[in-house]
Amino acid sequence: MSEIPAIRSRKLEITYNIPISKTKKFWDELREGKIYATKCKKCGRLYFPPVADCGECYSSEVEWVELSGEGELLTFTHIIVRPTSFQDQQPYTVAIAQLKEGVKALAWLTDVKKKDIKIGMRVKLVPKVFEDGRVAYEFKPAEKKE
Amino acid sequence: MGKVAVIGVGHSKFGDRQEVNVKELAFESVKPALEEAGITRKDIPFVSVGSVGVWYEEPLPAVAIAEYCGLTGAGLTRVEAACATGSAAVYSGYTAIASGYVDLALVIGVEKMREVDTFTAVELMGRAGSYLWEFENFGLTFPGYYALYATAYMNRFGATEEDLALVAVKNHKYGALNPLAQLQREITVEDVLSSYVVAWPLKLYDCCPITDGSAAIVLASEEKVRELRIDAPVWIAGIGYSSGTGTLSYRGGFIGLDAAVRASRMAYSRSGVEAKDIEVAEVHDCFTIAEIMAYEDLGFCNRGEGFKIVREGQTEIGGKIPVNIDGGLKAKGHPIGATGVSMIVELTKQLREEVKPRSRQAPMRNYVALAHNVGGTGHYCYVTILRR
Repeated sequence: MSEIPAIRSRKLEITYNIPISKTKKFWDELREGKIYATKCKKCGRLYFPPVADCGECYSSEVEWVELSGEGELLTFTHIIVRPTSFQDQQPYTVAIAQLKEGVKALAWLTDVKKKDIKIGMRVKLVPKVFEDGRVAYEFKPAEKKE
Repeated sequence: MGKVAVIGVGHSKFGDRQEVNVKELAFESVKPALEEAGITRKDIPFVSVGSVGVWYEEPLPAVAIAEYCGLTGAGLTRVEAACATGSAAVYSGYTAIASGYVDLALVIGVEKMREVDTFTAVELMGRAGSYLWEFENFGLTFPGYYALYATAYMNRFGATEEDLALVAVKNHKYGALNPLAQLQREITVEDVLSSYVVAWPLKLYDCCPITDGSAAIVLASEEKVRELRIDAPVWIAGIGYSSGTGTLSYRGGFIGLDAAVRASRMAYSRSGVEAKDIEVAEVHDCFTIAEIMAYEDLGFCNRGEGFKIVREGQTEIGGKIPVNIDGGLKAKGHPIGATGVSMIVELTKQLREEVKPRSRQAPMRNYVALAHNVGGTGHYCYVTILRR
């Protein structure tokens, strides 16, 4: 963006209404403090994020399975340069972990100092409710004692 | 399947090109490509335009560009494969000729990414993957996607931030020699390490810039090559392709791109060429880690050895296989729809042995070159092998 001659275009604000009817249970349960995956009743494949149709065997018969959330950290990054819609956030850490049930998950990793984050550390995926009412989930370091 | 040759190439200056719109920018490449091929706009029966768009005002760039370049009436399509869009456009032109449907095709790659501010560009790129599950709540950025691979790779193989920096230093060295490059200056390892963190462990100088630019090529059938008496046709020996999941957490691991492994094996098999035959390569170095993984995915070295061959200088001119000696995405710039076409332009010039300055010309014995173009983080991959 410079002083080179330009015409500023008309402004258009776009937001999408993302359909979640077929995975509504996931979002409802998240609010109740539970994290669910879907499992194909025909071939047994477990999906997280959950899906309504199995891309493996093409069955639409899926069942809901609650996840323990227990996992092991596979990789992570600290996002410093943030997108426009995340400008009001402090820099955040995005991580991917292998969950006990065999699927992987991607989420923010919170409640841990940067220097203490290590690949292979045990983490727990837990639901999170934002101040504005949106729901998501995040990783926290697993409790030392169980 | 008929043989297909590159018979004309054009390439704009890459960089902050706010003095031109997308149509004017495309014209800068189309005109020299047609002139080199010795044909006019009226000879072109099919045009494939690679452009991702969204960062500039035209929603139908192929239509706008064809109109501006006097190509209206020709068969026309617009292709998208994220950062591999240019290669997908080349593939579209290639198949149109190889199938016998047409005997000439014009492939245009173009992107204008700087009509929006940096953070909006970061947002638009970050959204491209698995929007609901990886962006909506987690704000993952494109540097962030590759940073996840960098962290896993460094942890697994012991590569360091200095090793990644060496890729940027090499590509800036050649970018400094390329008058069409966006960043025409040499940098040091210290410059990379002291630049600000974008998505740890990747710093500013580990990342390609945000770029405006265009590139165009004219493709022709064997018969047309004879008819036009083309002196030095460069043949497309084979194209391989594959894809990966949009959702990163569905993937098996984070130390290489499966789509690139599959695409390269397909390209080698279709062209009857092996990795050791390649004499010059363009690989997708949108981030320094990407070039290291590319060496391994392409079979230039074993898994876990990519950073070692950079240390040894094996991918510089004079080494085993010169890579990105036009500056790569890192220094030449990365207008995402144009990049795949730009790679073919550069390799065509390398194979014709007409690169200037001569210090940027790779030595040729068998005249075999490879372009590796990744869309997203291995969401798409195209590998194209050229031969003279």
